[in-house]
Amino acid sequence: MNERMLASGNEAIAMAAIDCGVNLGAGYPGTPSSEILDEFNKLGGSAEWAPNEKCALEVGIGVAEGGGRALVTMKHVGLNVAADPLFTIAYSGTPGGLVIVSADDPGMASSQNEQDNRRYARAAGVPMFEPADTQECYDYTVAAFQLADRFRAPVLLRLTTRVCHSKCVFRRTHAAESPRGGSYVKDAQANVMVPANARKAHRRLRSDLAAMQAENEKGAFSVEVANSQELGVIASGIAYQHVRDAAPEASVFKPGMTHPLPIEAMRRFAASVKRCVVVEEGDPVMYEALRVAGIAVENKPEMYRFGELNVARVRRLLAGDTSPEPAPVPGKPPQLCPGCPHRKSFEALRDLGCIVAGDIGCYTLGVMPPFSAMDISVCMGASITVGVGMRKVLPESEARRVVSVIGDSTFWHSGINGLVELVYNPPKTGHVVIVLDNSTTAMTGMQEHPGTGRKLDHVTPATRLSIEKAAEGIGIKNIDIIDTTAENERFKEILKQRLASDECSLIIARRPCIIALAKSKQYAK
Amino acid sequence: MNKTTNIVVAGLGGQGVLKVTDILAEVLFRAGFDVKKSEVHGMSQRGGSVSSEVRFGDRVASPMVPAGECDLLAVLDATQLEVVAAAKRPGCVVITPEDVPTDKLAHPKALNTMILGAMAAQLPQVRDEKLWLEVIGEAFPEKLRDLNLEMFKLGFSVRK
Repeated sequence: MNERMLASGNEAIAMAAIDCGVNLGAGYPGTPSSEILDEFNKLGGSAEWAPNEKCALEVGIGVAEGGGRALVTMKHVGLNVAADPLFTIAYSGTPGGLVIVSADDPGMASSQNEQDNRRYARAAGVPMFEPADTQECYDYTVAAFQLADRFRAPVLLRLTTRVCHSKCVFRRTHAAESPRGGSYVKDAQANVMVPANARKAHRRLRSDLAAMQAENEKGAFSVEVANSQELGVIASGIAYQHVRDAAPEASVFKPGMTHPLPIEAMRRFAASVKRCVVVEEGDPVMYEALRVAGIAVENKPEMYRFGELNVARVRRLLAGDTSPEPAPVPGKPPQLCPGCPHRKSFEALRDLGCIVAGDIGCYTLGVMPPFSAMDISVCMGASITVGVGMRKVLPESEARRVVSVIGDSTFWHSGINGLVELVYNPPKTGHVVIVLDNSTTAMTGMQEHPGTGRKLDHVTPATRLSIEKAAEGIGIKNIDIIDTTAENERFKEILKQRLASDECSLIIARRPCIIALAKSKQYAK
Repeated sequence: MNKTTNIVVAGLGGQGVLKVTDILAEVLFRAGFDVKKSEVHGMSQRGGSVSSEVRFGDRVASPMVPAGECDLLAVLDATQLEVVAAAKRPGCVVITPEDVPTDKLAHPKALNTMILGAMAAQLPQVRDEKLWLEVIGEAFPEKLRDLNLEMFKLGFSVRK
């Protein structure tokens, strides 16, 4: 303990979870959050991949309802999937500790949008910590569990790509606690959110948030740098680090708990300097809160809402420079690996002139040349249902070309719901769904999922769920399993037949990811 | 207070860029510096451009090397030089595969340790060769250890 260490933010969160005696870590893989549960498992923690973020959060709620501590991890868009339980568990709270990691991706290094999940803390009424480096990742995970205990509240830990993946020097300072034994205390009024109970719970939540704000005003989670009286900057998360380099002369106020904000402390800070600028990555969340409170602060120019901030951009922002930024030299774009089983599938879809409703995973790269075989991609699981909708409105000749393409992990995540919709509300022309089954969650780093037959540690056997049996049970008429690399001609023939029929068809293109295959040999050793 | 030193390493997915900066950061950490290391994971793993940054000194704030302030730049693939060129400060030391004895590479994948050796020779702040060898030794499984130590030494003998 207390030894100087070098680690990423994700690693530090896993260590903090161990030191807090977390009973269960649950999540769904998503860059940049994926390493947290792997590390927690390696350190001896009990960690599981859930089929999706909603399931992970609900399992976490159960653990905390039973008096335990749960760490639930996901990327920013994962919180959209888990938003339903989030908004209501915020009302009822749990006797145990529930900390939810939302790893945001400003700049979209590996995401389909750059939504700012600080909005969720405000929308759901959930307290939020926002670490700026590895030490704070550790410290705020501990603080989040302590806050959860005091207020029965779920707590959001909001990370960004740079905080998750940057390695910094830190110390593991918290004396390790043992995991708590679960215990059930019946309290339906607190835990069953029927309207009569929820009305009371909402009032209690708002008064708890006021109490948390009063606590936050005391400054335990704020960093204040007293320098120049000319320029003051309010910054949170990684933006704080850039500000320290870009304007070492500036006075700085950094809230660590960014919901509820320590508004009065920020008011005093803003009044202590001639010019006060809010430097925050993404949406003007703090700026809006400060302006609503009547505090005179300056917002960043709109152009700095987009992408990550860095030292150069913060210098420009503070100088009010809105001239066009130098365009980054484009690097080599990512592409499907040589030997990737998806290649042959996309070649066929391209050659047959299909309209492809795609999904989220490595195979989204099917949009790139030489395939150019993806026409729409929205969110996890959307391929099947979006394809169904397209078939319902397009003229028959075009409707017959629509194919939904989804990966195996994404199928279990939320694609399976789409099959239910397809069978219940089939288009007149039927539909064709292709599951590109490479038997891993490839894009995020080869994690296991319900269809791989192995638990998170890659070794412990698990019940292997079958896509074909699930589809059969749901009522899909035609189900084919094909290795599109080894049986390319057969694949094209079957695809043509299915496109011509009016029935609902599923083709499982099954061949393991070449990277996962090499890794699984290592794990087996 | 000593000024922060900025290092950028770039290459293509699969070349071992992150391994280089992992070793660099660990050596600098053990030498007692404040260190921050940054990179972007994710899509870049699929054969695309990868770059990773290490900053060290008495106290480092941002984990990202500011544009125009890089002191030492290395690329594992010459095509990537242009992609990261904006990072260079005037007088930045640049190391490319042309600067190291690639004809003596025991395996094409070991280019990263050879380049690391050439980088180490440019870092007078860490003169302790034992420390470099110790961290490299720990970074590779036994069957690849001696090969990588040898490649590092070959790179280290390069003087720019």
